[in-house]
Amino acid sequence: MKPLTISHYTVTTACGHGKDALLDALRRGSTGLRAERFESCTLDCWIGQVDGLNQPLPPIHAAWDCRNARLLALALRQDGFLEAVAAVRARYGADRVGLFLGTSTSGIHQAELAYRQREADGALPAWFDYERSQSIHAATDLASRLFGLSGCSLTISTACSSSAKVFAAAARAIRSGVCDAAVVGGVDSLCLTTLHGFNSLQLISSEICRPADLKRKGISIGEAAGFAILDPQANSNLALLGYGESSDAYHMSNPDPEGRGAEQAMRSALERAGATPADVDYINLHGTGTRANDLAEDRAVVNLFGAATACSSTKGWTGHTLGAAGMVEAAIALLCIEHGFMPMGLNRQQPDPQLGAHILAETHPAKIVRVLSNSFGFGGSNCSLLFGRCV
Amino acid sequence: MNILYLNAIGLAGPGLPNWATTRSVLAQGRNPDLPDDVAYVPQLLPPNERRRATPAVRQAFRAAEDAISATEQPAPLFATVFASSDADLSVSHRINTALATPQRAVSPTDFHNSVHNAAAGYWSIATGCREPSTAVGGYDGSFAVGLLEAATQVASDGLNVLMVAYDVIAPAPLLDKRRLSCAASIALVLSPKPEPYSLCQVRVSLARNVETRLPDSALENLRLSNPALRGLPLLCLLARGEVGHVALPYLMDRSLRVEIAPV
Repeated sequence: MKPLTISHYTVTTACGHGKDALLDALRRGSTGLRAERFESCTLDCWIGQVDGLNQPLPPIHAAWDCRNARLLALALRQDGFLEAVAAVRARYGADRVGLFLGTSTSGIHQAELAYRQREADGALPAWFDYERSQSIHAATDLASRLFGLSGCSLTISTACSSSAKVFAAAARAIRSGVCDAAVVGGVDSLCLTTLHGFNSLQLISSEICRPADLKRKGISIGEAAGFAILDPQANSNLALLGYGESSDAYHMSNPDPEGRGAEQAMRSALERAGATPADVDYINLHGTGTRANDLAEDRAVVNLFGAATACSSTKGWTGHTLGAAGMVEAAIALLCIEHGFMPMGLNRQQPDPQLGAHILAETHPAKIVRVLSNSFGFGGSNCSLLFGRCV
Repeated sequence: MNILYLNAIGLAGPGLPNWATTRSVLAQGRNPDLPDDVAYVPQLLPPNERRRATPAVRQAFRAAEDAISATEQPAPLFATVFASSDADLSVSHRINTALATPQRAVSPTDFHNSVHNAAAGYWSIATGCREPSTAVGGYDGSFAVGLLEAATQVASDGLNVLMVAYDVIAPAPLLDKRRLSCAASIALVLSPKPEPYSLCQVRVSLARNVETRLPDSALENLRLSNPALRGLPLLCLLARGEVGHVALPYLMDRSLRVEIAPV
């Protein structure tokens, strides 16, 4: 495919609001994760909570008010992103700019709160607006209003690959003429469903997550939102070079230990970009912090790249932001390219000797042309994105 | 967008047991209202997954299996787009009910079935398909959202795509908040090039036309009872074997114009 230029991007995570906060945390090696409890959660674990979500949405958008919507509304105002979308809208027309958002749990926390207030007859409270909070399309619906966009609009919900796949969907829509440019993004907010749900699968770490560490105990969940503008006519040297998607066809909640689906997604991203494994300077791993993920992904990476390519997971900074992880790590890939550095595998103390890939022990400056970013999800949904500098 | 080819159709809903037997009645613009196999057992699911699969997954499989059986190609060759407004609200109902108790004992099976892409995951496991799969949602516009995404994959990446739109009944108390009064699914198999068994050419585009309604009131009620059945006007047109177009509800004030022509 022809490189698709990325004119603007922004990201808000537990490391702070906007991309400078994340850049600073990445360079300094300071995590956004904290040992604290979300809302009424009873689990002792580390979470990546975004500060500043206590204020309700303004009255005009009150119907959409929920934690996920607040995070969305906060994040799209960082880094001048809303203004950048307005400029793209003015250039192409509101009907010609597509909107592609990924989320795994949407505003489910609103439903969790509503279920605590059921009436005597079992009815849910009147204030609970299913369509504008829990519905998987709720955040996209609100975002289209906040951005003033009325072109094609797509909500992808494929668990933890959701907001990686939006880049692929947007690239296809632009290429086939469904839209001229696209806003892509992801948003997922903390909720009890994922905290207690992953805990039921014994995948929540009591300590901070340590991807690729011998003594890893599982994931730390975070929340995040981020967006990017894909504009083929933009004057920018950042671009999406390729995407690859695949299915594991193995198990609903365990990755294929052979990593075949993951390898197929990475291979497909390289092929679409006309790149070889040697062209990739750094791989941002899915790297959740579970043993099953580490081993399967490592196998796929080593099969395709060998043991020399620099890799790391950045979930030690942000936590696993689930449906937003693809977008968060796309933003990290772009930060690495723009600012010339490779982040280490944070929180790793004792490297797992079973892993063959070259996990970075230190964050260091480097000239980076291409970054591959992996996102894999439940249901065996895999997506790899190749980002790079246009030359 | 390029012209696509429609190669097979799958259908399942109240009184709509499959495409082959409902087609002639739909062609007359009437509600078939045929006897329904309510205890449908997905044919392709292995026993372990069959035990765990939710009613929504089974509903998606029913139309998907109906469509795939009409193609001459094995299921693993198709990329998939699963479109659902609400996937399985019984799963989130059980999880939210558990979370409202002090123990907060979420069932691990419920949790792994709670992802919106559960049907896509089960389908790839059942068929051994490693092709790309996606899961999308757009409330009452979910059918059109799924069809546009499928058409884009066909046109842009040259994929053969199985698109499945499905939704199932919402449990009390969610039914008061989300009127999903029946279980239904529609599947379409699309390709970038004509096959010997292609049914017609298809062209899709976004528009602001008023959505096509069905003159028969029973059929129109069915159309409005489930987001997947917002695709019924297209199926009625296909059943008649006519050239023409329909407008299916998309998002906000927009519609998806779907145009049918002979191969």
